[in-house]
This record gives sequence, structure tokens and C-alpha cells, in this order.
Amino acid sequence: MLPAIEVQQVRKCYGALCALTDIDLTIYSGEFFALLGPNGAGKTTLISIIAGLALADSGLVKVMGFDVIRQYQQSRRNLGVVPQELVYDPFFSVREILKIQSGYYGISDNDAWIDEILERLDLASKADANMRALSGGMKRRVLVAQALVHKPPVIILDEPTAGVDVELRQTLWAFIRQLNRDGHTIILTTHYLEEAETLCNRVAVLKAGKLIALDTTNNLVGKMTDGNVLRLKLDPDVVPPGLQALQISHAHGVAELRIENFEQVETIIAAMRAARIHIVEMQLQQPDLEDVFVHLLSNHRKDDA
Amino acid sequence: MTGFLTLFFKELLRFWKVSFQTVVAPMVSTLLYLLIFYHILEERIEIYPGVAYTLFLIPGLVMMAVIQNAFANSSSSVIQSKISGNIVFILLSPLSYRAIFCAYVLASIVRGLLVGLGVYLVTLIFFEAPLQLPIWALLFVILGSAMLGALGLIAGIWSDKFDQLAAFQNFIILPLTFLSGVFYTVHSLPMGWQYLSHLNPFFYMIDGFRYGFLGVSDISPYISLLVVTLCLAVLSTLAIYMLKSGYKLRT
Ligand SMILES: Nc1ncnc2c1ncn2[C@@H]1O[C@H](COP(=O)(O)OP(=O)(O)OP(=O)(O)O)[C@@H](O)[C@H]1O
Ligand SMILES: [Mg+2]
Repeated sequence: MLPAIEVQQVRKCYGALCALTDIDLTIYSGEFFALLGPNGAGKTTLISIIAGLALADSGLVKVMGFDVIRQYQQSRRNLGVVPQELVYDPFFSVREILKIQSGYYGISDNDAWIDEILERLDLASKADANMRALSGGMKRRVLVAQALVHKPPVIILDEPTAGVDVELRQTLWAFIRQLNRDGHTIILTTHYLEEAETLCNRVAVLKAGKLIALDTTNNLVGKMTDGNVLRLKLDPDVVPPGLQALQISHAHGVAELRIENFEQVETIIAAMRAARIHIVEMQLQQPDLEDVFVHLLSNHRKDDA
Repeated sequence: MTGFLTLFFKELLRFWKVSFQTVVAPMVSTLLYLLIFYHILEERIEIYPGVAYTLFLIPGLVMMAVIQNAFANSSSSVIQSKISGNIVFILLSPLSYRAIFCAYVLASIVRGLLVGLGVYLVTLIFFEAPLQLPIWALLFVILGSAMLGALGLIAGIWSDKFDQLAAFQNFIILPLTFLSGVFYTVHSLPMGWQYLSHLNPFFYMIDGFRYGFLGVSDISPYISLLVVTLCLAVLSTLAIYMLKSGYKLRT
């Protein structure tokens, strides 16, 4: 597989605060990749360095094999970035902006593609509106459109769905998925972890400038063996002594038991029957990326201490 | 090439869309200067033999308008983009540093030329002021506005806030303009000030342009041409270096 993004030993400090320390990361062509982490973890800083908006203190970064400093023109041609901040040029209309943006990449006749992007992002009716006259969510969609005008092989979206309504979030992801199927490499950051879980094949988690996890989404979620939780409403509301070892919590009439495998459910039901406890409601909770995320961050906190 | 042309046209559109502020207003204010000085001084001063004061003043004021507007164009564009954040679209693009530089400076030249031409045409309604050597005049307008366009780019990149840009304008551009002989010939100054004036690059711009306008000047136009060209080269090198190093643009 061809690397789309190579990040080697990248370090970036602002005075005493290091936003990134010795990051090594390779993202392959065709991947749908999520970059996760809490506020201030360094996601935007890493994206800025890849995009050339910020300069790393040390290390090497390549986009489609082109060094972002020495071959900046080629690397930028291969990259489309949706910035996290809602920035826009108040002098122009949506269409004008997209034409200007195409021109920066040397594309003079781009109307067909611009129309398609506008259509796909549900902006067609706003094509001739001034940027100032758009709502926040619309402005963000224009940012997405701007990143796509030159059909870059690598697309990075820094929280593209912040402030975008549910319906459009679906449309946006359908479009981005389509682009991924067409061969574009997609990298996104988001604080909606279910988005990352359903869309991305691989995930990196940053915390305080360090890469604390990097794996396929399936592996990460699969490793959470202690993540399966059985939630029970019981009558009478007591957990038999034999099952106390599995209990995670028991409050507000809900008992939570940790199970390692699904056969255990049988044992639990049998134990309840033997103790003459009636199961009113039963719910199996499986681990999701959010659990993995919380788990990783809290473990990492322990490591630090 | 397309990238450069796009940025250039965008910069033209940017000031053209607000041409009342960027072209008409400077024309009006220059004209006010002219009328005021005309009423106060016309009868009393004759700077070059046979040249009325107004005739001496017109090229100075035209060049002043050119200088100020060329500077304003690139500097305000850069600082606005920086503050609103939309400069990222230029920084993300594959435009070469030289292309970015040329687009901003060329747009400054166009605005300088437009305002200069506008001011000149309006003065023609009130005064008889034929251009003696148009090629020289045009040459100095272009070089002068290029120089100020480059300086504006530097000032815009250097400033973090509008106040800082205003300070640049008030403490550097304005004094250099007023002390460059817009309103008087430096030969009328005491010796010490004359020497100082000759250290002011703006003096050569104004004097060279005045040569093109009147056919007479304080010093040889070739010297002025040399000085202005050298200054332009130095400022351009600095501006391109700033773009390339990412100074205050790429954190
Ligand atoms: N220009 C800057 N000057 C000083 N510190 C900075 C600068 N940019 C970022 N930082 C710091 O670097 C750290 C990482 O910031 P970054 O924006 O990369 O976080 P993030 O992971 O994108 O967070 P969020 O989820 O909130 O967007 C933060 O502590 C931030 O305060
Ligand atoms: Mg961020």
C-alpha cells in the first residue's frame, strides 16, 4: 500500500508547552482514518503541520510522497483541508469563492464539478449568496466544498460536522464515503465517536501531544473484553451472593454485571431462577469506541501519575 | 500562471467592489489638498523659474496619492485576511511565494495607477497641467507603487493588529511622504535637512515623477531611477523571504 501521509518524529512546542512530541504515523492511500483525542490533544496542530500552516520544530512530513516543506507545491496540490475554524472571505459569494479556490490550483474551468459539489452539499440554492449571509452550518459546508474543488487525493477534515444538523451530517458523510470509495484518502477528527466508529477503518488517539493508540477500529473495540455489560431490572431488587463478583454497580433499581462471554448470560439467568428472583428487564451493552476512548484516556492518566 | 492570475484578479476585485472608498475617496481628499494649497500659496511661491506653485504641487500630490493607495491596498488586504483567518486559503494553496508576492504587488500598482490617473484627470478640470515626459512619469508611478505595494505586504505580514498597521502608516509612511518634497523643493531647506531628505527613498520617487511631469527636477532622474529600483529590489527580497519563511503567517 502506498502511504498517503507519512509523519516521522514530529515535534512541535509552543514555548514550554509541547503540542506534539515525537509523533510517528503513516496513513495509507485509500484509508478512512480518524484522528481522535480530547480538546487540546494536538489534532489540529498535527493537521496544520501536514498542511503547511504550521512548521514543525523537527521531524519529517510527506503527503503522497512529497515533503511538505521542500516540495510544498506538489504536496499542497495533493491535499484538501477543511479547517476547524469557520473562516471565510466576506467579499465574495459562494460560487465566486469556489471559482477563486479552483484558480489557486490552476483550474480555470471547473463549473461542472463546482455544481456537483454544491448539489451534494445541499448548497445549490445558496450558490450566489454572499458568504456573510450564510448560517454557521452552511459556512462549514462551504469550507468542505472549498477543500474539494481540486479533487485532492488526500482530504483532511478537522471537525467537519461541528454545528451541522443531523440530516446534513448524513448527506455529508454519504458524500465523503463516496469519495473514499472513489479512491480518496480521508482523514477526519470529530468528537462524535460514533461517527468515527461507523466510518473509519483505522483510528489514532492523541493525548497531550502523544499518540496513545493506533489500530483498526475493530481491533480497538474488540480488545475491550471487559466492555460487555448486562443491565438488569430485578424483582426483588437484589443480586444473589453468587453473582456479586460480577457486579459493577447497583443503583436506581438497575444492576450492572460485567460478562466476559455470552455463555455467561445462561449462568446468570439460572442463578436468578434458583434464587427466585424475577428478571423484569434485560439489556446487553456492547463496548463501542466511546468506551475504548474513555478507557484509553483514563489508563493513560494512571500511567502519567 | 492561472494561480497567480486568480489571486491577482481577486485582489483587484477586492478593492474594486468597494471602489468608492478605495478610488473615489482618495481622489477627493487629494483634490482638497490641492485647492487649499492653491488658495494659500499660489501667488507667493515660484519654485522653479516659470513654474507656478500649483504646477509644482500637482505631481507631488498625485504621487502622494499613488504611494498611499498602493501601500493601503496590499497592507489592508493582508491584515484583513490574517485577522479574519481566510489567509489560510492562500497558505493552503500551491501558489508559489513569488506568485503570491507578484499578485499582491501588481494589484497595488493597478490601484496606485488608477488613483493617480483619477487625481490627475480631475486636476485637469481646474488647472492646465500637461505631462511633459509621460514615459518617465509612468515609470515612476509603476516603480513607486510597486515599492509601496511590497512595503504594504511587509507591514501587513508583520502587524498582528490593525493598530500596529496604523502605527506603521503614521510613523513611517506618513513622515517619509511629507518629508519627501511633496509640498516644497528640498533645496529650500537648510543644509542639514537637505542631507536628511536625500536619505529618504520617497524623495527620489517624488522627484523622479516630477521630472516626468514638469521636465525639471531637483536631481537627475537617472539617480532617482537607480535609488527607487534598488529600494524596490531590497523590499521585494525581504517580502518574498518573509513569505517563504512563513514569518508570522505559518505558526
Ligand atoms: N499558536 C499557538 N500558540 C500557542 N499554543 C498553541 C497554539 N496552537 C495550539 N496551541 C496549543 O497546543 C495544544 C494543542 O492544540 P490543538 O489545537 O492542536 O488541539 P486539538 O486536539 O485540535 O483540540 P480541539 O479538539 O479542541 O480542537 C493546546 O494546548 C493549545 O493550547
Ligand atoms: Mg482542533
